[in-house]
Amino acid sequence: MARIGVFVCHCGFNIAGVVDVKRVVEEIKKLPDVAFAADYKYMCSEPGQNLIRQAIKEHKLDGVVVAACSPSMHEVTFRKAAASAGVNPYRTEIANIREQVSWPHQNYPEEATLKAIEVIRTIIEKVRYDESLIPLGIPVIKKALVIGGGIAGLTVALDIANAGYPVILVEKGEELGGKVRRLSGLYINFNAPDGFLEEKIKAVMEHPNVTVLTRSEVKEVGGYVGNFIVKVETPSGEKSFDVGAIVVATGFDLYPLQALGEYGGGRYPDVITALEFERMLKDGLKRPSDGKEVKSVAFVQCAGSRDPQRHRPYCSKICCMYIAKQASLFKQKVPDGQALVFYIDIRSQGKKYEEFVQRAIMDYGVLYIRGKVARVYEEGGRVFVRGVDTLSGRPVEAEVDLAVLANAVVASPGTEELAKRLRVATDAFGFFQEAHPKLRPVESLTAGVFIAGAAQFPKDIPETIAQASGAAAKVLGLFAQRELIQEPTVAYVVEELCSGCGLCIEACPYEARALHPWKGIATVNVALCQGCGACAVVCPNKASRVRNFTPLQYLAMVEEIAR
Amino acid sequence: MKVSYFPGCTLNTKGKGFDRSVREALAALGVELEELPDWNCCGASFPLLVDNVLDLAGPARVLVAASAQGDKLATACTTCYNVLKRTNRVIRLDRERRERLNYFIEADYQGQVEVMDVLQILRDEVGFEEVKAKVQKSLSGLKVACYYGCMVLRPPAEVAYDDPENPHALDELMASLGAEPVLWGGKVECCGNYLVAIKPELAMEMSYRIISSAYRAGAEVLVTNCPLCQFNLDRWQRDLVVKKGGFRPLPVLYFTQLLAIALGLDPTRYELEKHYVDPKPLLKAKGLLDQEVG
Repeated sequence: MARIGVFVCHCGFNIAGVVDVKRVVEEIKKLPDVAFAADYKYMCSEPGQNLIRQAIKEHKLDGVVVAACSPSMHEVTFRKAAASAGVNPYRTEIANIREQVSWPHQNYPEEATLKAIEVIRTIIEKVRYDESLIPLGIPVIKKALVIGGGIAGLTVALDIANAGYPVILVEKGEELGGKVRRLSGLYINFNAPDGFLEEKIKAVMEHPNVTVLTRSEVKEVGGYVGNFIVKVETPSGEKSFDVGAIVVATGFDLYPLQALGEYGGGRYPDVITALEFERMLKDGLKRPSDGKEVKSVAFVQCAGSRDPQRHRPYCSKICCMYIAKQASLFKQKVPDGQALVFYIDIRSQGKKYEEFVQRAIMDYGVLYIRGKVARVYEEGGRVFVRGVDTLSGRPVEAEVDLAVLANAVVASPGTEELAKRLRVATDAFGFFQEAHPKLRPVESLTAGVFIAGAAQFPKDIPETIAQASGAAAKVLGLFAQRELIQEPTVAYVVEELCSGCGLCIEACPYEARALHPWKGIATVNVALCQGCGACAVVCPNKASRVRNFTPLQYLAMVEEIAR
Repeated sequence: MKVSYFPGCTLNTKGKGFDRSVREALAALGVELEELPDWNCCGASFPLLVDNVLDLAGPARVLVAASAQGDKLATACTTCYNVLKRTNRVIRLDRERRERLNYFIEADYQGQVEVMDVLQILRDEVGFEEVKAKVQKSLSGLKVACYYGCMVLRPPAEVAYDDPENPHALDELMASLGAEPVLWGGKVECCGNYLVAIKPELAMEMSYRIISSAYRAGAEVLVTNCPLCQFNLDRWQRDLVVKKGGFRPLPVLYFTQLLAIALGLDPTRYELEKHYVDPKPLLKAKGLLDQEVG
């Protein structure tokens, strides 16, 4: 004999304004095994939770039904409350009489009241057969894999290694340092990045906890949070590593010149990308076409950015600042030269960023023209940049030696394939998808896989380093746990019923199902199982089941509705 | 290969040289253009009113006639192409307007005809490799600036069969004839279009920029696929020579005129004498036209 308590919430007027909660309580009290039933204004409030705790103790309840809002709101709240008074949290269930009753049936109070009673009755049937479960513990391998050896990957690797855990750093290219290595100087002080970059690389290379693999690529990823198995192709053959966490720091690339037909589509030698101009600032300002001294440069911002019809709709975020830096550096090197910047808006949001742009304009005499460039072309050895000055409302055309395009920032090549191997989502533009744009920006939706730097979206160096340290902190948070706690409401197999047909393996979207190596039956990897129930649906023998959602339970629930 | 053909008013009157060169060059390449019987004006501009389908009745009638004759309809006039292509698109996608149009013109047409520009047919149906194989008189040494009418490129989602910002079909065709297409910045700049009627000085200024741009890039001749562009670019050059110091005129030809010449057809059939800037001295200098032709 179960002793079930039923707690009906008013939710202010949200429920009680439609459903006759007093009548619901009276009706529910009449049911067998209901040892206690009560209503309260706000069951989720502290007094409401106390009501549940007290009733559990006084009436020796062993199961709880809270008739209230959606379980996604307060299931955790009520399970905690019930657990603190001694009822197993998995024998505490929500009957949703707000979203599924009082809200949609506002104009039918009588029918809504009857439906509320029916919903509660079915949930009572579920609780009657709920097992008392304990959460699962999964061990964690305290070793991390970092993919990408740019400034983001280096920072992550160093942070984790300094905390005392081993790190494997995989880099596709010949050397570490990524895009930062190619920069001539940095905003906001024009210092070359070489010093701090070399220092960081040296620290990583010499760190006893870091294994650096250059010219290497991640080929296969298996396993799950805390227990990944990664195959890496290295110049000395394929290597396999067991790691507990993975950080993706694969950086960015530039939108190809070839895709920008309006700016010459890569056909003109003196129309170059800003990254190529960085090299020029380092190696000498000579025109690619004829090697002549560059005396005038037009910088074209938003080349492919903020252009939803033809190119990318988003703002690439880093260009306003690096163009101000490049134009200033150019003027430092060629004081009698002319630097023009065509811009839509100047977005200088960062500490001392706006002052830096103002310095480019006031101190270096960079000419800023507000307007998008319509066309760039080269004729007779001169580069023509045609656009509009939206402040004076006139079309303008500049004749210069060199045009530098701030190409849109795009995901680095190979991101899609890597994302597939990691079972991580990418967004509409191929960047790694964060778990939540505001609340979980450094996690992916796959547990144990984190994101750092421009692999998620364009970021400049300070922002990249901040996110990299954030990702490292997430990894260390994972490693600080003795074992991972997992919900026990996962699939299981009734061995006597399983014929080993394998339908559940195909049906499982989480790769949590496999055939047992010799028993000839299906198994469940509880660490990967999300309890979705796809396997239970396809199983012809009802051998695959989900804990606390067994055939016995749902048949009892259906029977209760049909009564 | 037989393809239905809609010449349109311009090619039937002022653009006879274009029309004849299109028909004869395509015939030489094995494409027989079959003129639609009893065709009417396409409307000459695509109407943007969405609640008046009457303006679409004219082009719709042309499409219906084409559907009785085959699955493709070729046009050489870029304006006709634009209007017919967009009308066809409305008929394909907008059920309400399709039904009203069919009711009005007493037809049952669903948009099944494929409207194609002649340049598109040369690229996709004939193939530039095939054109190259049939060249009798190579245009080698001729520096050509290829100029694309907006009407085959804009609005891109509705009509473009080439990159709207950096089209290259014409450049590729000219290269296959042995000519040397120049890299230049004017290939999709607007010629002024109908501004020629209300603000001729503005249209002249726009032509000036385009022709100067082609000249700077080293072009000896400008070729286009659009009758209105041809007119705008050609017409003002006499005035520009007077008004703009240092202006050098450039002949403006239809691309099919050069195609026909390269295929060994008789250049005198294509109304070269009607161009404002005489192309004959250049063609003679390049050995593409007999010295005796007047």
